Amino acid sequence: MVGFWKRFKADKIALIVSGFLGIVVISALLAPFISPYDPTVLDIGNKFAEPSTAHWFGTDQLGRDTFSRILWGGRVTVLLSIVTMMCTIGIGIILGFTAGYFRGWIDEIVMRICDIMLSFPSEVLILTMVGILGTGIVNIVIATVIAKWPWYVRMIRSIVIQFMEKNYIRFAKVSGCSIGHIVRKHVLPGAIGEIGVLATLDTGSIILNISALSFLGLGVQAPTAEWGMMLNEAKSIMITNPQNMLPPGIAIFLVVAAFNFLGDSIQEALNPQLDKSYKIKRQSIFKRKKEMA
Amino acid sequence: MKSYIIKRLLWMIPILVGISFFAFLLINLSPSDPAEVALRVNEVTPTEENIAQVREQLGLDKPFMTRYFSWVGSALQGEFGNSYVNNKPVAQEFARAIPATLYLAAVTLVILVVVSVTVGVFCALYEGSLGEKIIRAVLFITTAIPAFWAGILLMWIFAVKLNIFPTTGMTSPSSVVLPAITLSLGYIPTYVRLIRNNMIQNQHKNYVLYAKVRGLKQSTITKHVFKNSIQTSLTAMGMSIPKLIAGTVVIENIFAWPGVGRLCVSAIFNRDFPIIQAYILIMALLCVVCNLLVDIFVAAIDPQMGKET
Repeated sequence: MVGFWKRFKADKIALIVSGFLGIVVISALLAPFISPYDPTVLDIGNKFAEPSTAHWFGTDQLGRDTFSRILWGGRVTVLLSIVTMMCTIGIGIILGFTAGYFRGWIDEIVMRICDIMLSFPSEVLILTMVGILGTGIVNIVIATVIAKWPWYVRMIRSIVIQFMEKNYIRFAKVSGCSIGHIVRKHVLPGAIGEIGVLATLDTGSIILNISALSFLGLGVQAPTAEWGMMLNEAKSIMITNPQNMLPPGIAIFLVVAAFNFLGDSIQEALNPQLDKSYKIKRQSIFKRKKEMA
Repeated sequence: MKSYIIKRLLWMIPILVGISFFAFLLINLSPSDPAEVALRVNEVTPTEENIAQVREQLGLDKPFMTRYFSWVGSALQGEFGNSYVNNKPVAQEFARAIPATLYLAAVTLVILVVVSVTVGVFCALYEGSLGEKIIRAVLFITTAIPAFWAGILLMWIFAVKLNIFPTTGMTSPSSVVLPAITLSLGYIPTYVRLIRNNMIQNQHKNYVLYAKVRGLKQSTITKHVFKNSIQTSLTAMGMSIPKLIAGTVVIENIFAWPGVGRLCVSAIFNRDFPIIQAYILIMALLCVVCNLLVDIFVAAIDPQMGKET
């Protein structure tokens, strides 16, 4: 783990990206205190204002300050995506560890349920769940968690099984360590990195997912600010005021890109061999090419 | 081969039973009473009396398992009941929407295959060059662009500003272009990367080295590498067809494409349960059949795979 932090700190992109995400999360948390305007207060006389010092990103079709709406929207989009991800990872860790550690009939049952759930795309399941529970952002979160957990369980189970076959864990078992001790001291520290990569990479796709459903109008209800919902509103005034499509779109794009970069960086810092072997391979090909020429 | 197909067909049964039961259970767990919903959407004030009447009419007063079996029984005959909103048969609504969705998915698949094979092969052949690096950077960025944002931006540029394509609907042959491009954008990066990596891996194999030693032309070698790497990539694409069909939902709603996704979303707004129920069942069936066809196809071109499973 020491090497991990060293490599992570040496990676400039990783630092920039984590700094950016840190700012996004903090400003989302502090939105009520730092946003210059109330995101829902109308000011019709001042609609479609150009970006200025008073309104950094301009105002929308009802004169609401776009910058404040982006800040408040981040609260919903980013924070709820992180909550969603944590819930799925939580279920994934519990069931994945149980299935991977005990194997046998528990494993069979959990895996067969996962097979059925994974036999068709999660989009269908999410849409149906929202259809039945009714629209609303909380229902979207519930639906996403229910649709996504089987995938995590399967991934985490395979990570756990990989560890369970290692000799030091076999030894720990034979020498009579308790289950809790083995999981806490031997399996979890090794597995946590890979789970972290999974979680970071997937947070981006969860943000895309939640904002897409809000864009369809299935999530938050107006006038609450949410990035997908803001794009939905911008779409209806596309012909007269296309500039309104930019701030929420760019916000989603930047945050998702940042999560993707961060996932990649963590992976690289965890498995430096991955990158190195690739480079060595490249070099040897280069040499070979030179020799052939 | 035959036993493999039979095995796969048998495996479909528990999956479909599981999904149908799940779909049915969901509706019953729903916080709102279907009978009340059916009355409300038709703007009838629900009273105790007419709720009871509708319950009887919809068969909701029978025990749970009886209702489940009668629902599955009629679903097997292609009978999904009537929509709560317009009282038309659900099966008829889907019969109209499914071709539109499949058409959109098919056009998307063609774009996807053409673009990712061309770009992927280019990236593999010119690995490490400036052009390849730029393409890879662009692709990495593309994965973070929300499909619906790309959709409305494309719509604004090509339909509103340049007026080349119609904005919405399925009015002219060219109306499929924008939705299909938008839909394929989300999948192109994955497949370019897949094809590129496959090609590069193959280039390091011994047969390529041997071919080089024999003094074969580079174009001949490339052809062999291409043939060997394209197979796995096409299989992966085949496996993502169900995801592609399901993923049309957002795009269909942006471009007002009269497909299954749009039908389902409007049903969600209207709380039209029979359509939602039929949606999950039909999509599940579509996906399971699609997966089966791809697996059989893979087993047919690569006999080794069929034997293993």
